[in-house]
Amino acid sequence: MAKSALLKSSLAKKYWMALTGLFLCLFLVGHLLGNLQLLASGDEAALHFNEYAFFMTTNPGVKILSYVTYFSILFHAIDGIVLTIQNRKARPKGYVKNNAAANTIWASRNMAVLGTLILVFIVTHMVNFWSRMHFDENIPLQTVSIDAGDGIQQEFYITTDGSYVPKKQVEDGTLEIRNRTDFYDARAGVKYKEGYKDLYKITVDFFKNPDYGLIATILYALAMLVLAFHLYHGFGSAFQSMGLNNPSYNGLIKNFGKAFAIVVPLMFALIPLYIHFIL
Amino acid sequence: MNLKLKIWRQKDARDQGRMVDYNISDVSPDMSFLEMLDVLNEDLNNKGEDPVAFDHDCREGICGMCSLYINGEAHGPDRGVTTCQLHMRKFKDGDTIYIEPFRAKAFPVIKDLVVDRTSFDRIQQAGGFISVNTSGNTQDANAIPIKKHNADLSFDAATCIGCGACVASCKNASAMLFVSAKVSQFALLPQGRVEATERVLNMVKKMDEEGFGACTNTGACEVECPKGISLENIARMNREYLVASMK
Repeated sequence: MAKSALLKSSLAKKYWMALTGLFLCLFLVGHLLGNLQLLASGDEAALHFNEYAFFMTTNPGVKILSYVTYFSILFHAIDGIVLTIQNRKARPKGYVKNNAAANTIWASRNMAVLGTLILVFIVTHMVNFWSRMHFDENIPLQTVSIDAGDGIQQEFYITTDGSYVPKKQVEDGTLEIRNRTDFYDARAGVKYKEGYKDLYKITVDFFKNPDYGLIATILYALAMLVLAFHLYHGFGSAFQSMGLNNPSYNGLIKNFGKAFAIVVPLMFALIPLYIHFIL
Repeated sequence: MNLKLKIWRQKDARDQGRMVDYNISDVSPDMSFLEMLDVLNEDLNNKGEDPVAFDHDCREGICGMCSLYINGEAHGPDRGVTTCQLHMRKFKDGDTIYIEPFRAKAFPVIKDLVVDRTSFDRIQQAGGFISVNTSGNTQDANAIPIKKHNADLSFDAATCIGCGACVASCKNASAMLFVSAKVSQFALLPQGRVEATERVLNMVKKMDEEGFGACTNTGACEVECPKGISLENIARMNREYLVASMK
């Protein structure tokens, strides 16, 4: 009985909701810290960001974490849908007049709607960036313009071992790009160097796109507003679901949760706003 | 004062039910809400109409029998009171008052404003007790030392009168506040620890079976509870259940 209790009961569903939710809060912090690098501009900053993106997509530890994150998102969403359906069933006939605002905050009553919007955002966001990073056959590789000493600016690809490959060599066919990022000696067919996927350029181009850049920026900022409301209730709620309620710490958890819900989405929203309007 | 009442009328459990308008005049602000309904019913009786059925018993705020969802809130707009202790001075002359039964799948309407709350009794029967033989060998009350703090918390939890306002107010019709109060009042005392594991597992299982929803931690129950039962009890039950389900 105990085992099924930990999977099937309404309380257990809330434990999983809380655990996955809090893990996703940790993910948000990590994701934010990485993305804040986008607030720095210039070739140097672009290289740092692309090196970071390279690390995040190739490091085995990060890979494991990313799978836990995908799992958490899916589990949190499915568990949430199951709970919402069960909760709706618990009151088949509603009230003619219901003054819910008298005893609850708006966010707490609309977690399912807010969560659904966040899921739509996550899918959109992954199509916009994650899918290009993983599947785009013509993904741009990071280049840099260097004056080789003769007063002529030359374009070079920067490679993962810190050296430079002249863009000319790819253009004239000496080298060719295979597997999206690898520089191959065209005649010998041997891998020579590996370039950095230019996620920085993809991101900046996306939010500065003359056709949809403004709309994308506004929608991304709005998505962060939705996230803020979801976190405003969700953060503290997760602790309560796990039974972590102690009068000595409740104030701290509540206030930290509210600060988290405001600061994290706000910082996220600043990135597209900065790129579109200031950069 | 004169009031316009919109009251849920439903002949029996199978009837569809609908809101019916009534006008009531000369209501004293010192009347309790139930007394106001008594006046309405007397009037309906005199006219040969079917009086409005509603639950009530002690009318002192301690039995948990009266219910009613008044203007969108369980036990009406006042805090920390049952409907019998809600006074008409909380309303103004000319107000329209919506009166509905508590709504939940686990609280089916029997007639008009009367709902069947025996699902609470069945949850209690699943574990809301301690198995002590009390015939002839009663222990001295002070034989087992209990921390004052725990005794107070246990007593606070035990003040739950099982009225169902928590279920009625919850957007999920969740019974978590009620069940957690009943779990807590025992979990906090040594006498209750003996059966603590089975108690919380069985009561939660019964709660789910009866069709109550899950807890979203909106806190509506705590606000509307006439006895001020704290959300701390829900967290305590979450802890108790987590530990019990891993044993």
